[in-house]
Amino acid sequence: MELSTLSLKELSDALREKTVSARELTGAFLERINRFNPELNAFVTVAEEEALAAADEADRRLARGEGVTPLTGIPVAVADTICTKGIKTTCASRILENFIPPYDATAVSRLKEAGAVIIAKTNTDEFGAGTTTGYSAFGPARNPWDKDREPGGDGGAAAVAAGLVPLAVSFDSGGSLRRAAAFCGVTGLKPAYGSVSRYGLAALAPSLEQIGPLARQVDDLALLYQVLAGPDPLDATSLPAAGPGRDGAEVTGPAAGSKGLRIGLPREYFAGEQLQAAVKERVLAAAGILAEKGGEQVDLTLPSTGYALAAHILLAAAEASSSLARYDGVRYGYRSPEATDIDLLYKKTRTEGFGSEAKRRILLGTLVLSAECYNDYYLNAQKVRALVIREFKEAFTKCDLILTPVTPGAPGRAGGERSPLLQYQDEYYTAGANLAGLAGLSLPCGLVDGLPVGVQLLAPAGREGLLFWAARILEEATGRLSPPSFQE
Amino acid sequence: MNLEKEKVKHLAELARLELGEEEAAEFSRQLSEVLAYAGKVREAPVAGMEPVIHLLSLANVFREDEVEPSLPREEALANAPHREEGFFRVPRILEEN
Amino acid sequence: MNYETVIGLEVHVELKTEAKVFCGCAARFGAEPNTHVCPGCLGMPGALPVLNKRAVEYCIKAGLALNCRIAPFSRFDRKQYFYPDLPHAYQISQDDLPLCAGGGLKIVNPAGEERLVRINRIHLEEEAGRTYHSGTGTAGYSLLDFNRSGLPLIEIVTEPDLRSPEEARIFLEKLQEILRYIEVSDCKMEEGSFRCDANISVRPAGSREFGRRMEIKNLNSFKAIQAALAYEENRLGSLLAAGTPPEQEESRGWDETRGMTFFMRPKEKATDYRYFPDPDLPPLVIAEEWVEAIRAGLPELPEEKKNRYVKEYGLPVQDADLLGSFRETAEFFEATLRCYSGEPKTVANWVMGDFARLLNLEKLTPAQSKLKPEALAAMLQMIDDGQISGKIAKTVFEEMFYSGKSPREIVAEKGLAQISDENQLTAVVREILAKHPGPVADYRAGKTKALGFLVGQVMKETKGQANPGLVNKLLREELDK
Ligand SMILES: [Mg+2]
Ligand SMILES: [Zn+2]
Repeated sequence: MELSTLSLKELSDALREKTVSARELTGAFLERINRFNPELNAFVTVAEEEALAAADEADRRLARGEGVTPLTGIPVAVADTICTKGIKTTCASRILENFIPPYDATAVSRLKEAGAVIIAKTNTDEFGAGTTTGYSAFGPARNPWDKDREPGGDGGAAAVAAGLVPLAVSFDSGGSLRRAAAFCGVTGLKPAYGSVSRYGLAALAPSLEQIGPLARQVDDLALLYQVLAGPDPLDATSLPAAGPGRDGAEVTGPAAGSKGLRIGLPREYFAGEQLQAAVKERVLAAAGILAEKGGEQVDLTLPSTGYALAAHILLAAAEASSSLARYDGVRYGYRSPEATDIDLLYKKTRTEGFGSEAKRRILLGTLVLSAECYNDYYLNAQKVRALVIREFKEAFTKCDLILTPVTPGAPGRAGGERSPLLQYQDEYYTAGANLAGLAGLSLPCGLVDGLPVGVQLLAPAGREGLLFWAARILEEATGRLSPPSFQE
Repeated sequence: MNLEKEKVKHLAELARLELGEEEAAEFSRQLSEVLAYAGKVREAPVAGMEPVIHLLSLANVFREDEVEPSLPREEALANAPHREEGFFRVPRILEEN
Repeated sequence: MNYETVIGLEVHVELKTEAKVFCGCAARFGAEPNTHVCPGCLGMPGALPVLNKRAVEYCIKAGLALNCRIAPFSRFDRKQYFYPDLPHAYQISQDDLPLCAGGGLKIVNPAGEERLVRINRIHLEEEAGRTYHSGTGTAGYSLLDFNRSGLPLIEIVTEPDLRSPEEARIFLEKLQEILRYIEVSDCKMEEGSFRCDANISVRPAGSREFGRRMEIKNLNSFKAIQAALAYEENRLGSLLAAGTPPEQEESRGWDETRGMTFFMRPKEKATDYRYFPDPDLPPLVIAEEWVEAIRAGLPELPEEKKNRYVKEYGLPVQDADLLGSFRETAEFFEATLRCYSGEPKTVANWVMGDFARLLNLEKLTPAQSKLKPEALAAMLQMIDDGQISGKIAKTVFEEMFYSGKSPREIVAEKGLAQISDENQLTAVVREILAKHPGPVADYRAGKTKALGFLVGQVMKETKGQANPGLVNKLLREELDK
């Protein structure tokens, strides 16, 4: 049986029917990881021992038949920016090279409660600051469709695409998770802000980011999301139980009696010359499929889209400069051997510990929050944010979901020398959802020059179910993608 | 906005980073470019908009005043780069802030 | 020329909650280092703050006690600076929307003038960790304990309304008294739960402009505060008099042993802390009902209490001051009074006298002692009813204090009841008179002083239990026969 291509439901059934044990399943994936990860570099840490122990525990659960969930015994990879108790969590940064958290992120606790097996920590840009994993202190991850291409800002998508893990959990502060899903040909969800607890996610941009699921197919994505989502007393910005966070997890169609699905197509997301024609065509084709299935296309305008990315760049940097200030070599993490006095402790540790993009954001953020720039840059960015929120809100009175590209083109060459500004502009289509706190689902919509590209579906908090529903229609119509070289 | 090299060095000082001359020059170039783009928020039609301070409409999210277990000291100190008898150890701190 | 001193204070007060302000670690003083810490208060990646509700209520309570306006909308900001005891490299504090603003506290200065010291603001923030220094010279290093990191702290900022070091001290004493009264803090300067930085400047009398301001940091006793300010007042006055006013604003320390302030560093042009709203903490919306509920829970404040003691109970001002300054003492006094129908002054005397003496001796507070107000009231009633003598009462009281028993029990157990039986006492009196013919003769010769001696002898014979009035009467009767 080729386990690496099975769906979550199929794996789960196999475990329940004892066709395979959790230990065998974990062992099989570990084998694939050991075999293929050296060329993909999708993982920073493989937690072999811990995974096998968790698999044994899952087997005991399965044998007793108690507390068994669809995730029991299923290997899941978790981004290395998400804390795992007893498992090294580096945030792909030298400054946390040997950090072993004494606590689990809430997302991880939930996975463990469901019986999932945490098998590995995935590669990301340092603290998630970047769009290609090119800023990982441990080298970039590779795209399984073409190892000379970047995989998007998250090794989890590459790992899922290549069948090294069935599921992954990562995070998205500007679009890295959704880009990675699109570029690797898998599905990914950035949940609406407040849906999934951020507790234990090493913060980069706390007002923008969310932890979210990655999976090969929509049903798996929805299931994993249901496990992750829900209120958490440890995160004051998590939506309360009665709020929309959890209710949206069910895969549901448009409300009965409605005219059908109204799909909003914002002009600004299709107008720029940067958007490659082939990508545009695939994305519009996806819109066409939904329309065919009884939906209706709605022409929208979101005039502040151009400003949105600018605001996102400034706010992400401002928050990053604050979030990354705590890494000083005092209590944990890297400390420079040259830290002979207290001033050097800070400077040498941070200078040697951080890579270039983290430094860039720290510098930019320090500027944005300085007294002289605060009003012009920080406050104006937050006002733009208010505008963006208002425009989306208005748009959602005219449509049920918004459909856009995820990226302007197919994945670029790995390690390509692109200016920081160009890299920030990678998030042109995705940053709006982070600014406005929307749910954004990314799924493949075809190949361009043999490389996957994605379509993005946006909905307000509480309507994630609708995203899953629409995504499933698209998935049925276009079929799932699997990178050729990793099929046995 | 053009971000001069000297200004970059000042920001680095504030953020406790050391930059070589070349590095500072590169950051100055790159960030000036970024600011030229991102600076357009200043021209955005935001008159009358209230800045977003909190994304969610939540307020008064509290915990009760109840003690919960702390970390065992060994775990609290396990990641310390340098420790001594239950303390985190750092080079001499000269004066109070 | 005459000079005028202008002083403003910044007081940091640790609130006595059970848990820290943003995590569940115990807020206890004196634990082993780094035993009350968690990912949150150690600033580990991913840990998030969740606000302790009681800390907010305590801050509001302090605001109400100091007549502040309570903000209907408030939030937390990050105050960013690097320091090894600050685990996130930012302090969660409040910048432009503090919980309380305005308000003030009236004091009476040494000249007997009433002065209003306005409060600019009170905000809630988190405490930093603690640093210890070890080794010397180049071998020196520092050790960090984060038990204190994340304790709830309020910062109380006054307007520059104080005009002398004495006024500053009086204000702080009064502030401490109130904060203890409303039970939001222990206000122990020696443990650092009540700390003060003082800003002082001196200007020619009548001038409207302020002189250059000196900030004196880390003053850790009332004595130090007054002494440091007095030193600085003098120093600045002399500089002005010499026509050489200070060139810059400075942060200065206080050298306790040498009794002088010293230069630490120039006061930087307002450090840029790069404040911004903390995205991890939703704002506070403070409904009027909530404020009113907190107000309803406020005790009568010391000032009102003292006035009432004078008016209602007819106590001398000094007594009212003594009884009213410490909330537990006042509560004990009032509770006793509620069970006792005699004179308030009698109760006051016992509370300020024997009770205070024993509490002092045993280092206890009224609430910690075994003595209950009802027991004291019962004992006073027994004196009034002639069941025990005032002298015996001293013994009974001490026994009550240490054992917590009721006076009746003690009197019964130890057979201390007053002897008022005339026949029984007459027998003792006759015995004593027979034993001491000398004093008897003296008395009869007109030396009435001898009577005192004889009374004493009777009391001694009866182990102090004889009713002294009756003894007097019987002795006279016998002697005058
Ligand atoms: Mg303060
Ligand atoms: Zn804690």
